Amino acid sequence: MTRLYGPKGWIALGLAAVLIAVLPFMISSYWVTLLGKIMCYAIVAIAMDLIWGYCGILSLGHGLFFALGGYAMGMYLMRQIGREGQYQSDLPDFMVFLDWKALPWQWWNSDQFWWAMLLVVAVPGLLAFVFGYFAFRSRVKGVYFSIITQALTFAAMLLFFRNATGFGGNNGFTDFKRIVGFAITTPETRMALFAITGMVLIGTLLLARWIVTSKLGRVLTAIRDAETRAAFCGYNTVHYKVAVFTLSAVICGIAGALYVPQVGIINPSEMSPANSIEIAIWVALGGRGTLIGPVIGAGVVNGAKSFFTQAFPEYWLYFLGLIFILATLFLPQGVAGLAQRRQRRRA
Amino acid sequence: MVSWKVRAAAAALFTFIGGSAHALDRAALEKLASGDNDQKIEAIGALVTEADPRAIEVLMRFASGEVEVDGQKIEVVVNNRVRGAAGDALAALRLLAPERALRLAAATELATGADASMLPLVQKALQNETDAQVRPLLELVAASMQMKSGDKAQRLAAIRMLGESTSPNSKTLLAEAARDADEEIQLEAQKGLRAVEGRLAWGERLGLLFAGVSLGSILLLAALGLAITYGLMGVINMAHGELIMIGAYTTYVVQVFFRKTGFFDWYLLAAVPASFIVAAAVGMILERVVIRWLYGRPLETLLATWGISLMLIQLVRTLFGAQNVQVENPAFMSGGIQALSNVVLPWSRVMIIAFAALVLAGIWLLLTRTRLGLFVRGVTQNRAMASCVGVPTARVDTWAFGLGSGIAGLAGCALSQLGNVGPDLGQGYIVDSFLVVVFGGVGQLAGTVYAALTLGFANKFLEAWSGAVLAKIALLVFIIVFIQRRPQGMFALKGRSAEA
Repeated sequence: MTRLYGPKGWIALGLAAVLIAVLPFMISSYWVTLLGKIMCYAIVAIAMDLIWGYCGILSLGHGLFFALGGYAMGMYLMRQIGREGQYQSDLPDFMVFLDWKALPWQWWNSDQFWWAMLLVVAVPGLLAFVFGYFAFRSRVKGVYFSIITQALTFAAMLLFFRNATGFGGNNGFTDFKRIVGFAITTPETRMALFAITGMVLIGTLLLARWIVTSKLGRVLTAIRDAETRAAFCGYNTVHYKVAVFTLSAVICGIAGALYVPQVGIINPSEMSPANSIEIAIWVALGGRGTLIGPVIGAGVVNGAKSFFTQAFPEYWLYFLGLIFILATLFLPQGVAGLAQRRQRRRA
Repeated sequence: MVSWKVRAAAAALFTFIGGSAHALDRAALEKLASGDNDQKIEAIGALVTEADPRAIEVLMRFASGEVEVDGQKIEVVVNNRVRGAAGDALAALRLLAPERALRLAAATELATGADASMLPLVQKALQNETDAQVRPLLELVAASMQMKSGDKAQRLAAIRMLGESTSPNSKTLLAEAARDADEEIQLEAQKGLRAVEGRLAWGERLGLLFAGVSLGSILLLAALGLAITYGLMGVINMAHGELIMIGAYTTYVVQVFFRKTGFFDWYLLAAVPASFIVAAAVGMILERVVIRWLYGRPLETLLATWGISLMLIQLVRTLFGAQNVQVENPAFMSGGIQALSNVVLPWSRVMIIAFAALVLAGIWLLLTRTRLGLFVRGVTQNRAMASCVGVPTARVDTWAFGLGSGIAGLAGCALSQLGNVGPDLGQGYIVDSFLVVVFGGVGQLAGTVYAALTLGFANKFLEAWSGAVLAKIALLVFIIVFIQRRPQGMFALKGRSAEA
């Protein structure tokens, strides 16, 4: 078994942790929110890389898992508003608006933080487990898998757009006031959320690193490169694929739960198929099969997005489209692969 | 509401009744001018029973908010209820016109529900009516009016009369009567209701069937191009929807050009080939510049073509604006065939079904009867072997991709006739068309046809039962489950090519 990181790697990680702790005190609250958001995306990118970069499965359902985690968190945040909503009712505003008299069954126990945390992990995990089990068992793979995960995401989006589903229809959840008792808009809470997100990002990076350097990671890579051979060697590839798919979905759910309190809104458009494909391009641009690459990719693409949508909104789609095309045509290993190649050439 | 038809009717009435000389009821006019709403409606009724030709002129002025009493113009407020009564009264007066078309139009308008106070006039019109089409309509109108008022014998007769009709209107009337306090009327109405419902059910079934075929043909058009690029060539083209969108915008541009000439109704003749050529050209350029380098790497192709689709959407937004553009139907596409009393088949949808069938036949001929088709099939089955016997495989790829893209353009041309054309048009079809191709079985043209029709029917039947959104979700879930049971689709390839 290889080491998790060399001494240089540990030093870099330590520096990153210190930076995350210090940075919120040095930058404006706008940047705290923006960077916090990008770190959530980076966590999703690592999750995507685990399944796509290391196991060769392109899931277009990761936007769904992300949004499900967000919705689980959002339910709790809606209950935390209490009677301070527009209608001063115990029920969330949209339910009063729809003339509902009691909470529907989905909202059971939703005022408990521990229950929300459980849902954040369990809902995406369970969905991924069941869906993955049946899909991988019937040997749905490659593009087929991408298309049916996309169909799943699309169906879920339509479902969440309905008012009758009980999650606020197309407005979703917003106007949050508090999280575990703290006012959600104060700079202190924002900094705390930023720090937690940063720690989760580093934790995810370590977890992913641990997986890909372990035997499990080796088997995953083997499945990516030659699935039939791996199966003939005696590995039950279905189990490995389901496991990594579920883990990846759980990580996405956690990222979504961190994202919602920072951004302050969750609605069904988070589930649109376009979002899931965008996750893939963060990973492709950064470099599949490297762990730091997707983090860089998520940062670059989303940094560019907030720059373009403010400065030149009409050019953003051209730019994003170009990244999609150029990254797949000319950067098969991504930015990180480019750096590695240069390093190797020097050595 | 003061249309030329009404003016013509007024003119016709003057000659018909001969312009009787006595003055209009002054009391009625004053009520129209200054009474409250109930009094106004009462006054309208009075004007109608007199059947005075000048009543039309007065009512028309009244509907636009003006009454003349003793040569003085008085402004009046007309609310919706009063305006509706005035409109019905105008229609009733027109029942006496000598032109058949006017009478028919008036009877049709009244048949959608009119106030019972018009009854005397309708009966008067019935006495002289001989036309085979107007008379039954009028009888129906009279019956529905009698049902609301009249004594018991009249109401019973009216109910029997309504029980023999096929209009959805009489169904609502009978349903109302079926809850009547009088037991005899209740019974008779229920009997009539069952009869009407039985007759209407056929119409509903036919309507549903047609909606299913119509949706199926649209899905088929959207998916046929993909059946070639994805099904035969194995290229995941996420920009397929945007090629449809380009076809629709080409139709829009052609339409704008034709508007300046006098041959607007013929613009589709030019738009169909134009949308094919433009979309095919865009597709061939894409194949040469991007997709060619990604053969054999389907996941990368998916991402790159998604990027292309984003750029195409933005390009169209830059050129035409983010708002939807309006594509007007040529005159012969508007209207429809009245198949049954409650079923109208719109011409635009009928034409698109025929168009889809034509395109399908064209593709089939092209693939089985031409040299290009032979090459495409050869390259699909065994690229290396085809190359060995001298097929220019690279060029065939470009042509085949252009063909698939061109068909997407044709789909766009057809879709532009049904709804709005906007930059996001294609996004709505990409998930659907992929599912059609996958459901039918990749590499199977026949499978695509069956899948499109099946999904079209299933969608419409579920929609009638559970609402549009739930139907769509149910269908998506069904396909997801189906693909897991049968990953090769409905029509799986057998033998050696199944492994490829």
